[in-house]
This record gives sequence, C-alpha cells and structure tokens, in this order.
Amino acid sequence: MTISIDPQDSNPKSLQPKGWLRYFSFSLDHKVIGIQYLVCGFLFYLIGGTLASAIRIELASPMSDFMPRDVYNQVLTLHGTIMIFLWIVPVVNGAFGNYLIPFYVGARDMAFPRLNAVAFWLIPPSGLMLVASYFVEGAAQAGWTAYPPLSITTPQSGQIIWIMSVLLLGGSSIFGGINFIATIIKLRRPGLKLMQLPMYCWAMLGTSLLVVLSTPVLAGTLILLSFDIVAHTGFFNPVLGGNVVVYQHLFWFYSHPAVYIMVLPAFGLVSEILPVHSRKPLFGYTTMVFSIMGIVVLGLVVWAHHMFTSGTPPWMRLFFTIATAFIAVPTGIKFFNWVATLWGGKISINSAMLFSCGFIINFVFGGITGVALAQVPFDIHVHDTYFVVAHFHYIVYGGTVFIIFSSIYHWFPKVTGKLMSEKLGILHFAITFIGFNLCFAPQHWLGLNGMPRRVAEYDPQFQFVNQISSLGALLMAISTIPFLVNIFLSIKNGKDSGDNPWNALTPEWLTSSPPPVENWEGEAPLVEEPYGYGKPISQEN
Amino acid sequence: MLNKNFYLILIISAVFGISFWIGFNVNLLPAEASINAPIYDELFKILFIIGLIIFIGMTIAVIYSLFKFRKRKDQYGDGIALEGNLTLEIVWTIIPSIIVLIIGLYSYNIYDRMGGMKELNHSHEMMTSNTEKIWAGISQASNNEVASNNLSVEVSAMQFAFLFNYPKGEFISGELHVPVDRKVSMKMESKDVIHAFWVPEFRIKQDIIPGQPTILNFTPTKVGKYPIICAELCGPYHGGMRASIIVEEESDYKDWFNKNTKTEVSL
Repeated sequence: MTISIDPQDSNPKSLQPKGWLRYFSFSLDHKVIGIQYLVCGFLFYLIGGTLASAIRIELASPMSDFMPRDVYNQVLTLHGTIMIFLWIVPVVNGAFGNYLIPFYVGARDMAFPRLNAVAFWLIPPSGLMLVASYFVEGAAQAGWTAYPPLSITTPQSGQIIWIMSVLLLGGSSIFGGINFIATIIKLRRPGLKLMQLPMYCWAMLGTSLLVVLSTPVLAGTLILLSFDIVAHTGFFNPVLGGNVVVYQHLFWFYSHPAVYIMVLPAFGLVSEILPVHSRKPLFGYTTMVFSIMGIVVLGLVVWAHHMFTSGTPPWMRLFFTIATAFIAVPTGIKFFNWVATLWGGKISINSAMLFSCGFIINFVFGGITGVALAQVPFDIHVHDTYFVVAHFHYIVYGGTVFIIFSSIYHWFPKVTGKLMSEKLGILHFAITFIGFNLCFAPQHWLGLNGMPRRVAEYDPQFQFVNQISSLGALLMAISTIPFLVNIFLSIKNGKDSGDNPWNALTPEWLTSSPPPVENWEGEAPLVEEPYGYGKPISQEN
Repeated sequence: MLNKNFYLILIISAVFGISFWIGFNVNLLPAEASINAPIYDELFKILFIIGLIIFIGMTIAVIYSLFKFRKRKDQYGDGIALEGNLTLEIVWTIIPSIIVLIIGLYSYNIYDRMGGMKELNHSHEMMTSNTEKIWAGISQASNNEVASNNLSVEVSAMQFAFLFNYPKGEFISGELHVPVDRKVSMKMESKDVIHAFWVPEFRIKQDIIPGQPTILNFTPTKVGKYPIICAELCGPYHGGMRASIIVEEESDYKDWFNKNTKTEVSL
C-alpha cells in the first residue's frame, strides 16, 4: 500500500502564518501549540481564580449574603471544573509536554501534529461553553463531582452543558495522551535509549498511560449520566432503581488518577529544574523512573478512598487504605531524591528555584495529610470537610501550580530569548507562598472542628479563621500582578538571555532561543547525559 | 567528623522533641463526646506527631540546603557529580514502607475498636430480613451486649432537614434526643439526594443515600447539645442543613420521650 502525499502538504509548516498571528492559527508546530495551551490555560486560571475570590468573599462572613445560594453552588462547581480541566491538566500536560517532549526525544515535532492541533482547539470552545452555561439557565451546581441524584435533579441545561464540555476536554486529553506515548516511544532520535531520557519524558509517559486508561471511563460515566438526565434512564437514578454509589466508583476510577495526571508531570518538571539550578545531576535517576511507574500502577487501584463514608463494605475500606497509604512510598522516594539533588550543589537562588523549593515544602505537607486521610477511621471524621479542601489545595496549588510558575520562570528565556526580572519573580514567590499558606493552612482546623465543604453559610464560631483564610486568598489574587507585570515587561524590554542562560544540558537548550521551526538547524544532538553536571561534558560548556 | 555527627543528632532530637511537644500540647480537635472520640483522638495524635517529624525534618533539610549550598558570588562551575547512592535510596524506601505499614495496621486496629469491621447485616434489630442490603456504616455491636438495650432510631434525610423517627414511641422529631452512655443504633435513608450525618464531637460520619439504607451506631458519653451537620453537597441550602443532637441523662430522656409519646406527634 502506498500513501500519497500532497506535495504542497509535505512541509505544511512553511505555509503557517508567522509572528503573533501563528498563535491564533491552526498551527501544527508543537512549540506554538504548547504556548497556545499555556496562554489559554492561564486565561482560564484567571477566571477560576476570580471564582475562588468570590467564594472567599462569601465565606468572609458566616451568613450567605454575598450571592444567592444557587449561584454559590454554580461558582464552586465552575471553579473546580475550570481549575482542573482547563488550567492544570492542559498546562502541565499540554503546554509543557508539547513544548518539551519533541526536544527531549530529539524529534522535529510530535508524532501526530494534526491530532495535536485538534486536541488544543477543542479546549477554547469547550471552556467558553462551560463559562457561558451560566447565562443559559444557570451553570451546573452539583459540584465538579456531579454526584447523582443531585446532578439529575438540579436545572438540567447547565448540567448537560457541563457534561458536554467535560467530554470534549476529556477527548482532548486522550488525544494528547496518545500523542505523547507515540512520540516518546517511536520518535526517539536514533541512539537515544529510554533510560537516557530526561525525567519529564518518563513522567509524561506514566501520565499519558493514566490518561488513556482512565479518561474513557469518565467519558462513559458522563454519557450514562446524561442519558439519566435527558432520556430518563435509570442508571444512577434511585427512583428508577439505579445505583448512586456505582456512579461514585466509576467517577473516581478516573478522578483519582486525575490527581496523578495533575501531579506526575509536575514531578517531571521539577526534576528538570532542580538539577540545572543546583548544578548537580538528578539524584537516583533509576529509582525516580521506577517510582513514577509505581505511582501509575498504585494510582489506578486507590479510587475508593474518596468513598469511605459512602456505601463501601469494610474489607474494601481496608484494601483501599493500605493501597493509598503505600503511594506515599514511591512519592516519598522522589522527595528524598530531590532534597539529595540540592545537597552539595551550587544553588542559584532564583525565582524558578524558590518556586520549586516551595513546591517541595507544600507538597510534603499535603502528602502527610494525604496519608492521614487514607486511614479509614481518620477519614470518617474529616471527609467532605474543609480539611479535605485544604489537603487537595496543598497538592494541586501548593504542588502543581507552584511548579507551573517555576517552569514559566525556567523556560521563559527558551521561548522568548529574554530574561525575566528576578526581583519581580522573587516578590511573586513571596506573596504567593505567604498567601497560599495563610489561605489553606487554617482550613485544616476548620475541617477538624466542624465546617463541612461546599457551604455558603457556617457556624459563627468559625468566622475569624475564615477571615484569615480569605485574607490569604486576597494575597494570592494580588500575587498575580507582579507576575503579569513581569511577563509583559520582560517580553517587551527583557534583557537578551542568549541561547542557554542557565548552562543547562537538557536537549532543548542546545539550540537557539527561541528555537527555529524545525527545532535544530542541523541534526538533533544526541544527549546521553541530560544531567551530567560536575562531569567533563558540563565543563565543556 | 565527630562534630558533624553531634550536630546532626542534636537537630534530629530537636525535631523529635518539638514534634512530640506539639503533638501532646496542641489540641486541634473539638470536645470528645462519644466512645469513638477518644479512640479517634489517639490515632490523630500519633499521625500528627509522625507528620510533624517528617514535615519539620524535610523543611529544615530544604532550607538548610538553600543556605549552605547557595552559589557564592565568586563561585563558578558545578556541584559534585553525585548521581545516586543505592544504600541511601534503599534506606529511604524501606523506612517509609515500614512506617506506612505500621500506620496501616494501627489504623485497622483503631477502626476495629470503633466497630467498623463488624458485620452490619445481622447485628441490627430494625432489619426486616437478613437479605436486606446494608451498604455501609459503623456498627458498634459486640456479642455480649444486649441488643434490646439499644436505642433504635430511624433517620430520614431530605432537602434540607433531618427527621428522627422513634419506632417505639411512634413519633417523629426534628431534634435527636438520646440518653447518655447508651448505644444508639440508627438506620438512615434519604428521600431525595445524598446527604450525610456528621457529629464532629462524636467523630462519626456516614452518607445517607437514597435507595440504600445505611447504618450508624454510636454511644454518646457526655451530656450536652451538639450539632448534626449535613456534609454532602445536597443543594442550595446545604450549608443550612443542620439539626441538633441532645445528649441527656436517662431520666430527662425518659421525660422527653413520654411527653412526645402521649401527644402522639406523628405524620
């Protein structure tokens, strides 16, 4: 069989628009798509952050007085959905994955450039549709978990739009996952072995396996849920003999791995950033690879720890306790290895480094409360309270979002050829770190003492601590200002960074900054030791 | 070298000392008002201390590295080319594994003492038959307890209220009155969406599910009035879905019970 190729199509990149316009086009260049993901994700982060601020304003007083109660539920549903499906998942996977993976494997683009562009272009319309659902009949208001029967009985148009939007975003995520697996396995430059790949490739391989294995389950579940809503079937509707707990099993079969879909890429990114700025090889490469794969396997069999107070039999509670707690072992190995990477280095204390170290401290805290939450008797008291809210924000904000910022400071010179202002960057870190901890640390106490999550009103005895938390949220909102100022000033008047301002050894720095369309002017270099700091290979630079 | 080890041991003991001191002296939990509460608080204390040791230790390690190994102005070049240390990596795989395993077994023991591992189907007098599906809950029943001494209550939850049905008195109440030191056995079912029954002072929580009854047993130990909180998002007034549980002396409870039975408040 022969495949005919349209001669005009053989080098489609030459036909793409140049300059700023390319970011608004159906570009096939993985670098352009990566930036599209990042900027689009950041715009949704601003929307999700505005919703978070609205929640914290409402909770600054014990009464439900800032917005109507049903609007409050819409706000918390949209906040969760936007932050997960439109900010964190697309950015740590789509943005950095697309930009970096082809460099890391020594390819000129991703394996399926068109699928890649489709995966990105599914996101803006689904996101806008989700936000716009507020103006139809009210957005979905059953939480991002959309548990039936609540999701069946609340106003339907918002819930249906929510389902369609999440289905499209899930599709985008699956397309991306297939593309990453194919690129990492099949497009490696000749001579490059798997165990020579930078750690982010392993993280993305593991993450993409989770995406491909678990996202279809979410899609199937949401399709059944939409049947229950529009066609009055009874899969999850107890009135018609359906089972509401089955929905929770199916939902968490995706949504627990989704946590690893959000944090594993961050583990990969921090493994790239720490060695560069501490001038030391990544400590324990092989154990890092095995612990990523360990997290992938264990991550698939722990979902029911979200359901310890639902209908789960005792033996099941016990199994999921042990399995969940054991995830702490491979995760712990990674954190010890990162600290060992810092140990004995020559550390540049810059914005990227500070955000990475902030990540380590925050994530260790969130991991410890996570091991506690895995214990059934512990979880029974704090499940569905602010303790859980605090825990997962320590993981996804204190963990992943800190790494997103760290990565932006680290790779900004790569993308633009300009340096960012370190003064503004350190200011950004300081406000974010203080604001974040002020906002979420007190919430542990709130949960332990009787404040459930997803409430618009609460016992007046919790007012003072809630106000501290709201103050922290205000600082987090303010912290966006130095960041945005820094980005715009640096794009406009930033100092020229040269091709490799950090003297890094990973392959993306061994070309010009910004890189040419085909990534390298000549052959892609063979990088056998991406972390060879302190070795002759590093002295040559 | 001796000096270095001395400081290391000093820091480690300080971390342990501070963690134990905080663990024993800082109380983050509300009052203890059921048999479950002191058992829970024992587990909490242990997890809190272990967590503090790890967190403080890691934080010190990160901040110390940033200070000690920061690049000085006149320094160029790289750190040492240390790519790993198998012994060290095995150590920090095995030690966390052991800690996690011990925590897991210990919390299993705690859960068993709370009554979480008991069979639910056969211990409950309100079950119409042994085949009725009971999905979950905590059962505090032990074999030598006389079942008839239990106080049985049927709980129904709806948007946005709890109703407590006392089958022996044939009346329904919006407040849950229970005598102190007697086991309360509740069968709960929801009329609409998923709710949850949570009493923070009792350290118990159980979802109330439509179409599937759940069981929750507990023994209050302290007279007083405590909030019952719905912990599962159930609609716009979820935050306002609260009730009270009133734990009182046996005689006060009997007075309340008789008063309600005589007037026969029923739906």
